Amino acid sequence: MMRVYFWLCLMLLSVSARAELTIEITQGIASSIPISVVPMKWSGAKALPVNLGDIVRSDLERSGHFSVLKPDDMLSHPSQEEDVYFRDWRLLKQEYVVIGEVKLTSADKYQFRYQLFDVFNEREILTQTLTGKVSQFRDIAHRVSDAIYEQLTGIRGAFSTKIAYVTTNSLRTRFNLAIADSDGAREKVVMSSKYSIFSPAWSPDGKRLAYVLLEDTGSKVYVQDLSTGKKQLVSANKGINSAPAFSPDGNKLALVLSKDGNPEIYVVDLATRHWLRVTNHYAIDTEPNWMPDGKHIIFTSGRAGKPQIYRVNIESGYIERLTFEGNYNARARLAQDGRFLVMVHQSAKGEPFHIASMDLTRGLLQILTSDTFLDESPSVSPNGVMVMYAAKYNKRSILAAVSVDGDVKFLVPSKSGDVREPAWGPYLN
Amino acid sequence: MQLNKLFAVSVLSLAIMGCESTSTISDESALATNPEGQEDQTQAVDSEGSIDVVTGTQDVQTFDPLLDSKVIYFGYDRTEISPEYKKVLNAHAKYLMANPQASIVFEGHCDERGTVEYNLALGERRANSVKSYLIVQGVNPSQLDSVSFGEERPEIIGSQETDWSKNRRAVINYKTAVANN
Repeated sequence: MMRVYFWLCLMLLSVSARAELTIEITQGIASSIPISVVPMKWSGAKALPVNLGDIVRSDLERSGHFSVLKPDDMLSHPSQEEDVYFRDWRLLKQEYVVIGEVKLTSADKYQFRYQLFDVFNEREILTQTLTGKVSQFRDIAHRVSDAIYEQLTGIRGAFSTKIAYVTTNSLRTRFNLAIADSDGAREKVVMSSKYSIFSPAWSPDGKRLAYVLLEDTGSKVYVQDLSTGKKQLVSANKGINSAPAFSPDGNKLALVLSKDGNPEIYVVDLATRHWLRVTNHYAIDTEPNWMPDGKHIIFTSGRAGKPQIYRVNIESGYIERLTFEGNYNARARLAQDGRFLVMVHQSAKGEPFHIASMDLTRGLLQILTSDTFLDESPSVSPNGVMVMYAAKYNKRSILAAVSVDGDVKFLVPSKSGDVREPAWGPYLN
Repeated sequence: MQLNKLFAVSVLSLAIMGCESTSTISDESALATNPEGQEDQTQAVDSEGSIDVVTGTQDVQTFDPLLDSKVIYFGYDRTEISPEYKKVLNAHAKYLMANPQASIVFEGHCDERGTVEYNLALGERRANSVKSYLIVQGVNPSQLDSVSFGEERPEIIGSQETDWSKNRRAVINYKTAVANN
């Protein structure tokens, strides 16, 4: 009996800290491309457990670059090229049409073939055949979205990527580090603790996560292998051990230690455990993030009185200040091969905290968010297009996303609990 | 006359005893760091001590009620100690100097505004600010330790200034209980 209660309690506990993310699009671009993704043909007796068309439609819609026609508003649902009447699609003001079909090819393998048509020129511009098990249907759908997105925008799609984030119950007694698909589906808790978990950081190959666990004795940095689930302690020095960031080659970790009296940026070689101290200043230095060249690190420093973003050459130690506009600039991440900085920005004392981007070549700063409150932890998609961040919205901590140009916005509310600390993973294929 | 004085001292001692029994530092700050109560960091103070009767002009050693104050609040983005807390910190300094076996862990905390990592650093600065003040007062640094919890362990969960002002704090957490001797 006790055992039953125990399991029941455990179940309730895990439920209360689960997130179940959904997506609400709040803003798309004005000149979005009209596209129709026709429901996929399937001749099987039972309905497929995952609707591929729905996932592709929702991926394209969420990108903000497309306005996606509802299947009910289509005049027909063709699955063969000869059944596509371009005149009908032109009538519906559609620029592109996607048709496809799913077939069972062996006991558990399905083949998915699709074609993308240019309505104006009345020609096929992309076709692919993908094969996989039912458990891979979501992966297949995101791959299709990636290919269509790239074909029509010229930018590599990032729908097949993963996100990591931390969920917590409202009393903050249970913290779960979870990973999910970029649309919030297939959430999987990889680490659960009574201690606060924060600053998750992906290895460039997407196989490991570094994070901070705030134990009673202080913060410690761990690296966890996602396939084995084993976590390894990387740093438990006296004082702060925090803000891990993998180097572009995945061999080193930049992090923050205060063992010498105040927070400084260090780099540790994960194989040799050789430590290199990068900064040396009595002010707070934290939140390191690597430049793509693996030789420079951007970081937050309070050396000018208020937090601002700096760049350090880890070989020469040369430091350059990057941000001058605003009262508070922190937790910078890079987008588009280091061309843009994305960060937490407060324009003046008492003003709200929002996410801002800065064009490093021109020095122009743009505030990207406005509807959310206490915006923090920006994380950039690997194609450099979207920024996922954490914010307060209706008194809850939720994830939200905004494009680096500020044009596209969506919210990722959870059904229960608070969600914080998003980290957008790398390309996996 | 002599009897009267003796009586007065006894009453005073009793009053102090009363103080002592309610001032057992067994406490929220210890609970805050040990939510599961796995490690006992505190000891109960024996409240049934004998009554000391002192005749003559010798001082009675008293328990300073200021030792009950164990939270120092800070201004937004500030790490310096406001003057109103100096009396409290002086009392703790005096106690630590008189009791070299006693030791403290200072917890630094922040409100939720700003980034998680910057706040972790800021929390450490708050804890260290209190620690430095006690060292300046003459406390042996080996009796003092600090840990930052950043914005992760708020005293009050909420996003109003009244909540935030309670969360920007340093907590004095005795590793061994304050004993009255």
